[in-house]
Amino acid sequence: MRQRFSTRLGLLAEPIIEWTIRLCGWSAIFFVFAIFFFVFREGAPFLFGKLDLTEFFTSVNWRPDSRIRPQYGVLALIAGTMSVTLLAAVLSVPAGLGAAVFVSEFCPRRVRESLKIVIELLAAIPSVVWGFIGYMVLNPLVIWATGAPIGINILNGGVILALMSVPIIMSVGEDALRAVPDTYREAAIALGASRWQLVYKVLLPAAKNGLLAAALLGIGRSVGETMAVLMATGHAVQIPSSLLDPVRTLTATIASELGEAVEGGDHYQALFVIGTLLMLMSLVVNVTADLVVKGIRGKQNV
Amino acid sequence: MAFVRTLPVAALAVGAIACGGAQPSGTAASAAAGGAVVIRLTGSDTMVNLDQAWAENYRTVEPDVSVQIAGGGSGVGIAGLIDGILDIAASSRKMEPEEIERATKTAGAAPTEFVVGLDALAVYVHESNPLKSISIEELAEVYGEGGQTVKWSQLGAKSPACAADDIIRVSRQNNSGTYAYFREAVLGRTRELRLGSVDQSGSKDVVALVSRTPCAIGYSGMAYADKGVRALPISKKKGEPGVQPALDTAVNGTYPISRPLYFYSRGTPAPPVQAFIDWTLSDAGQKILQDIGYVPAPRPAQ
Repeated sequence: MRQRFSTRLGLLAEPIIEWTIRLCGWSAIFFVFAIFFFVFREGAPFLFGKLDLTEFFTSVNWRPDSRIRPQYGVLALIAGTMSVTLLAAVLSVPAGLGAAVFVSEFCPRRVRESLKIVIELLAAIPSVVWGFIGYMVLNPLVIWATGAPIGINILNGGVILALMSVPIIMSVGEDALRAVPDTYREAAIALGASRWQLVYKVLLPAAKNGLLAAALLGIGRSVGETMAVLMATGHAVQIPSSLLDPVRTLTATIASELGEAVEGGDHYQALFVIGTLLMLMSLVVNVTADLVVKGIRGKQNV
Repeated sequence: MAFVRTLPVAALAVGAIACGGAQPSGTAASAAAGGAVVIRLTGSDTMVNLDQAWAENYRTVEPDVSVQIAGGGSGVGIAGLIDGILDIAASSRKMEPEEIERATKTAGAAPTEFVVGLDALAVYVHESNPLKSISIEELAEVYGEGGQTVKWSQLGAKSPACAADDIIRVSRQNNSGTYAYFREAVLGRTRELRLGSVDQSGSKDVVALVSRTPCAIGYSGMAYADKGVRALPISKKKGEPGVQPALDTAVNGTYPISRPLYFYSRGTPAPPVQAFIDWTLSDAGQKILQDIGYVPAPRPAQ
């Protein structure tokens, strides 16, 4: 009796669980499209109506609240996002991948465990706290070290973003390296490879996809980060001419202005157009990454 | 019971200071007050300190009425009034005719305007800055579109603390009431502020940044003067003696940058709301306003 009951339950449970899991998978796709749709819909009337796309992409004048003539040029904001992200990538990708190689291949086991805990703790620090560190600690340091007139600028924001993305790059990269079968390592050592040759000639090519994904995840974090850059980059609308210029990013603009924009007004809709632009940018980054990874795979198969 | 009422006010106040203006939180806590009357008051970031002091003191006058305060900016308050989620919007600018029209539509009656005090905007520089005073004309050249003043030496105020000599303009995000008022007071209605200023999202943030940046100049409410910064005396024309921002100079109108602070009620105020506003305009209420550093509202002739 009891057995029959549990068998019946088992028969029922199987499809229920299967469908729940299937639903979870599909819902991710559904949510992405829903978010894109709603962000796009809020900005669409303005995008296809009053917005001058040439001005939008080529003008540095972001004056949505002008009483004389509102202007919606995001060139300076795009330059701001690009410059901070680029600096963060230059700093964080080598550091993050280097840390991954060290933790996975060179580090004694006991040190590895404590190091991983500390680095993962670093990933858990909220972005507002990072922004605060940029504003309070790095700001005077940058002024002191470089003689710049103001310490919240590209350099400050880039360093903060790099610190935020290194833990992500490291932990994803480490997983990728660990996933390389130990037989590869044994074979390389058996052939007389040094440790460095093992890393350079065997592990890096074998874990290429995973390492690329790690780097892109880190860069993705930099592009989308809001609170920290709002506080650490200075929030100034201008095309930067040096690393020490304050800039403003797309995300920070939305964060600081959406609260006070009248719902449904031009300014409000323009901010949603920026949101759509950000989503398209991340789509391009992801698709490019996908193609690159596929390209690598294709070559390997040949 | 007293506990239940005090907590949400304190929590909201802390939230308003911490976020410095990101989100409207007007609807948050109306359920917490039990049977007591709740007045929801949200708006101007400049007025948050003042609103809070009024709300705290009003509890001793009218224990059954709890006033819930949130900041966010004049625009947030007015948007809340239009959406019908507030009893009073605190604003440091006049409502636009379009906004009044929309608020009238949702409330069924036009919002009532009260001038509850005056705010003098002070121009702050770092305490090490040797500049004695500044005129409105000079300010326009520093902040205005096409302005030619970019170095402190052009104002005769080169200091060793600011080795780079660049003037770092600290401003507010472009939809704050303070920004709109400063633009009008310094540049009139036909000239824009020059882009590339470092935009902060709160009155306090401007002063905090100037106090950390020897090359900076910034504007904020007179009440926000703090350690590390100096408020410049201001004259209308170059060569005239500067007028120190102070209570008496703002009241008699010799200080050139002072503005009215408004309460807008939702339609005709309900009796408890009217009683609260009457109290803020009474001697007791105006004394509190003066203690914080604002200037009492001009009395209508009696």
